[in-house]
This record gives sequence, structure tokens and C-alpha cells, in this order.
Amino acid sequence: MAVFIFLLFVGFVIGLSFYLGRKTKSAGGYFAAGGQIHWAVNGIAFAGDYLSAASFLGICGMIATMGYDGFLYSIGYLAGWIVALFVVAEPLKRMGKYTFTDALDAKFNSKGIKLAAALSTLIVSICYLIPQMVGAGVLVEPLLGMEHSTGVIMVGVIVILIVATAGMTSTTYVQFLKGGLLIVFSTVLVIAVCVRGLSTEPAGAHDYKLLSAADVSNPDVLESIDGKTFARVEKDGVENFYYVIEAEGAPVQYQETQWVLERSDGDGKKGATFINGVEKTAENADTLALRQVGTLKQIAGQKGKEADTGAISPFKLLALLSDKETVVQRWSSASIKDGNDAITVYYPFTTPGNKVMRPGLMFKVEGTPLQRLDFVSLMLALFFGTAALPHILIRYYTVPSPAAARKSTIVAIASIGFFYILTLFMGLGAMVNSVVNPLTNNMSAPLLAQSFGTFLFAVISAIAFATVLGTVSGLIVAASGAVAHDLLDRFAGLEMTEKTKVGAGKVAAIVVGIIAIILGIKFRGMNVSFLVGWAFAVAASANLPAIIMLLFWKKTTKQGITVSIIVGIVAAIGLFLISPSMYPKYGLAAADAPFPLMNPGIVSIPLSFATLIVISLLTQPREPQSA
Amino acid sequence: MLHEPAAQAGTDHAAHYKMKLGVKMLIIYALVYVGFVGINVFKPTLMEATVLFGMNLAVVYGFGLIIFALVLALIYSAMCGKQERLLNAEEQKEEGAE
Repeated sequence: MAVFIFLLFVGFVIGLSFYLGRKTKSAGGYFAAGGQIHWAVNGIAFAGDYLSAASFLGICGMIATMGYDGFLYSIGYLAGWIVALFVVAEPLKRMGKYTFTDALDAKFNSKGIKLAAALSTLIVSICYLIPQMVGAGVLVEPLLGMEHSTGVIMVGVIVILIVATAGMTSTTYVQFLKGGLLIVFSTVLVIAVCVRGLSTEPAGAHDYKLLSAADVSNPDVLESIDGKTFARVEKDGVENFYYVIEAEGAPVQYQETQWVLERSDGDGKKGATFINGVEKTAENADTLALRQVGTLKQIAGQKGKEADTGAISPFKLLALLSDKETVVQRWSSASIKDGNDAITVYYPFTTPGNKVMRPGLMFKVEGTPLQRLDFVSLMLALFFGTAALPHILIRYYTVPSPAAARKSTIVAIASIGFFYILTLFMGLGAMVNSVVNPLTNNMSAPLLAQSFGTFLFAVISAIAFATVLGTVSGLIVAASGAVAHDLLDRFAGLEMTEKTKVGAGKVAAIVVGIIAIILGIKFRGMNVSFLVGWAFAVAASANLPAIIMLLFWKKTTKQGITVSIIVGIVAAIGLFLISPSMYPKYGLAAADAPFPLMNPGIVSIPLSFATLIVISLLTQPREPQSA
Repeated sequence: MLHEPAAQAGTDHAAHYKMKLGVKMLIIYALVYVGFVGINVFKPTLMEATVLFGMNLAVVYGFGLIIFALVLALIYSAMCGKQERLLNAEEQKEEGAE
């Protein structure tokens, strides 16, 4: 049934796109929906655009594993809309035509600005596309039983079809539909979480045993790559891995874990794979998986049946989870190399509620000054990123007036803000209801829905999938606009008719779509919200200084804008590539990364501002000499 | 091809007022946002304090930032709308008199 509902919903969305797209023939219709969308529809469509895979899958997943730290993204993303509303929305609407480049270039008519802004739109769109494609792959894996890469390719092809046949009108209505449904069904899910209440024994939870040394015979002690101690124990011919807990003055304890063992024959050829001791075969490949995790061990000092709360209010739920006598069982993983065996062990540990419900588990706000700076850097990029995202900015051109742009932003703030409040409940619901997949936290919200039945799971998954489709469509329209309108028509000066411009946009959409597919497969496994946070840093560094200074500093010159965009892009991407987030991807230790912060915004955004100011001062037009 | 907005709008005499108001309101919101970041960086344990309905400061401040954004947005929109009606109507009157 899940697959049927899913396919029905996705089919409806695609059908709607084709229907609306039939009438789109002009460039104004393709890139800006003719500028005639109602502000209320546009406002919800903003929510549809903005509440991407990062918000629904990424934030909920991060809260499910890292507690309050994931909610910081919700706060930062929403705060960014204030910058968009108060500073950017109306002036941009007055200045532009189809694209962000038009607005920046309205005063100067400079080839340099056209090229830099178009490239920036392309690059930011692609950076933002990566997490959406990763999210798509993650979604179809459990729902349709497909490989991650198949899911990514499927989304890519569908979106290319939507965008290449329709454009901004259909993208807007798809976003409107999806944004509305996402908020409605997320509300249903949160109500279900509150009605279920909290329990230390949620349905389907496995009890992971803590053994004393007397219960474990002949442990083979192993050390993980990051220095954790584990024990391989064989009992009755079945081997198991335990996390060794050694505390000063206390006896050694052995914590039951979950594990994946990959055997190779010594020549690098992959051999058998075991999951929790069971060999993976063709027969059990679809069903054999790690158990879902995440439970409460204690609620405000109580355990077992006594701790069950039954239905509770949202406030009570948050209050109980914040209690220092509440204990949350969370999970981590460690890699062990033992001869030809590669073992990944997933082990539980506990955290008190008061630590889960405030920043600190992911962003080390009590750590070194550098770690605190990393937190500030993230919050800065989130605050300034929204108002610089090209696929958000182009939505201002779909409404008829600056006042409508303002009103649609307010509808967006209301609906997005409400949804972000829901993310805290959905993430925490997943954290304590034993639904988190230890391999990836991105699926936490749909899996939470699954714990309430197949119907809700199918609907939520279909909406999440449509979320990805819609956001990717918007991004590809933005990117294709940058190529066809900014680069080919305005920068290269090709005399293009309306028809050829739309045609060029569609070809660009196909190329960008293919790039997104490839990158979506490459970045598998990274949290989608984290990747979006990086895209925000790139957008805030490349575009925001140019927008702000153009509006508020009369001495801004075209050279200043052009160079600051390029410096912003290069700095944000370059610093990310040499950061601790990326070093493990190259097979190197994160600690060896030359740039110590995970979030580059705190360096790249001021650098871009400074560049604009310096270059503008150096390139001031000469005052006409008086006679 | 002409380079002009996708949908034409007339002259907005309230534009300057709206821009100044927007900057002021942005500064107000930014200060509250900086307060949130500041507490987390300099005194993170303060976020554990119970402040409302049993919820801690982290949750209340986080929700507060989201709700405050909407409140400011509504005030901004109401003030802009009023000014637009006032200034743009004056211009229409003047045009009518001519």
C-alpha cells in the first residue's frame, strides 16, 4: 500500500506539472511565471521551496541524534527570512526581471557583474542541489527497496522532465501543494507523538544488555581507529562485539552493540558481510538490516511502566525531556580493522535530558575558542544565507508588485516558522521512539511516521519525495535562468528570441540536472542539513555583500561587486574543501585539515564584504573637473 | 529584448520609508539573535534554566526567535501598508488636481 500511495502522489504532482506547463511558451512565463502569481499562493510556494529535504529530513534527523543542536538550523534558517523581508524583498523586486543577476546589474549594466552573478547562481544552486539529491536517494532506499544511486537518478530524471516541460508556473503550484501538505501532515505527526506520550519501553525497542566481566569469557580486545576499546566475544559458535566501558574506580562493563563485519580475502576482494552475526545472502538482502535505535532509559527519574506518561501536552513533552533526571540512549559508531575484517560497531551511550535539550552535543559551545567560533560561524551563515539564495530570490519575480513580494514573504515566515517549531517535536519523537536508522539519520521523520502505521509513512514519504522534486525543480529553474538569460542572452549578447531563450534554458536544465545526479551519488551518507548549511555559507559569502552594499552604500562600483562575488565563492568553497568536514572524504584525518572550522562563513562573509569595499574605493569614478 | 521587470509596478513613494524601517527592524531582530548566540557561547549552562511551563531557556528562546520574527514581520507589513496608502494616495490626488 505504501508504494501505491507514494506512486499515486508523485504521479499526481508530475501530471499537474505537465498540465500547467502546456501554456508556458514565453521567457517571462518560463522563468518568472509571467509575474502574475497571487501573493498568498507565492507565500506557501516559498515555504515549499524552502522546506526542502534539509528541513524535513536533515533537521529532524539531526535533532533525532544530536538533540537541540539540530534545532539551531531551524532557528537560523527562519531568522534568515527576516533579512530577506526587511532588506532584500522589495528593492530586489523593483530592480529585477527574471533573475538575481538582473537586479544586481540594473544600475551598472556591466558584463563583469553578469558573468560573476550568473556563475554564482549556478554554483550556489548546484551546492544546494547536492543535499536534495542525497535526500532523494535516502528516501527511496527503504520505501521502494532501490539502491541509493537509483533513487538519485530517478529524481534527477523526473525533475529534468518537469522543468524542461514546464518552468516556473508549474514549479510554483507544485511547491504550493507540497508546502501546504507538508505542514498539514507534519502537524498530524506531532499530534500523534504527543498522544502516544513518552515511555522507556517503546514498541519494537531492543534491550541492549550491559554485562559484567564475569558474564564475558575470553574477550578479544580490539581498538577502533579513533581509540575506543571493544571486545570480540565468541559464545556457542556465535561471535559478538561489545563496547568496553572502563571508568575509574568502577568494574569494567561490556555494552551490547550492533555491528557490520565485512570480510575480504586479503587481495582486496570483498567477501561475506555479516550484520549482527547473520550473513547477508541473496535471500535475506531485503530484510536483513541493523535494528532501529533511540530510546529513553529514564523519564524524570522513573523507569519501566511507572515512567509511561500516556498522552501529554507539547509543553509537558519538552519539559520532561529537558529534565536532568531524564536519560536518553543515543548511538555512535566506530570503525575497527582486524586483519582482513573491517568492522563497524554501533554502540549505545546515555546523555541526560538537560544536555540533550540545549546546544552542545554537536557544536561544542563549551569547547575550545575555535569550536565556539565554529558555532558562531554557522549561525552567521544561516542568518545571512536565506536572503542570498538564488532559487528563493527568483520567487520575488513571480508576483505582480513589491507589496505582493512583501506579503508573500510574511506568509512564508508564518508557515515556515510554524513548521520549524514542529521539527523539534518530530526530531525528539524519533529520538525516543526507537526509529532512528544507525546508518543514516536522514530518514528519522519518515520512520517516525512509520511507527504510527503504513498510511502515514507512505504519505509523509511521498510528501518528502515531492519536497525534493519541488526544491530541485526550483533550483534547476534558477540555474537554467542563469545560463540562458544571464550568460547567453545578456553576457554573450546573443540575439535570442523568446522561444530560443526558453529552449536554451531547457538544455541548461538538463545539464545541471545531470551534474546534480552525479554529485548526489558522490555525497551519499552526509547529513543533508549540514550540506545545506554549507550551501548557505557559499550563498551568503558570494551574493549577500553585493546585494546589501548595492542597496546601502552609494560608493559601490561594478568592479567591487564583481570581485566580491568571485572572492566569496572561492573562499567559501575553498575553505570547506580544506576543512575537517571534508578531510575524512579524502581518506585523511579530520584533525589534519588546514582550516580548523567546519563552517567557513565567519571568514568568507567578512572577506567578501571587505573585498567589495576595498575594490570599490579603488575604482571610484573620477569627479568631473570644474572649469 | 527590453530589460524590464516581469510585472510592471508604478513609482513607490513609500520606498525610502520602507527601507529605513526595514533596517531598523533588522537591527532589533539581529540584537535578539546575537543575544541567543552570545548566551550559548559565553554561558551555555544558562540555557538549561527552566523558565516557562517547565521548558528550559534554550527551547523558549528558540521558539521566541521564531515567533518574534513573525510579530516583527506583521508590524513591518502593517506600517509599510499604511505609509504606501498615505503617500501613494497623495500623489494620485496631486495628479488628479493637475
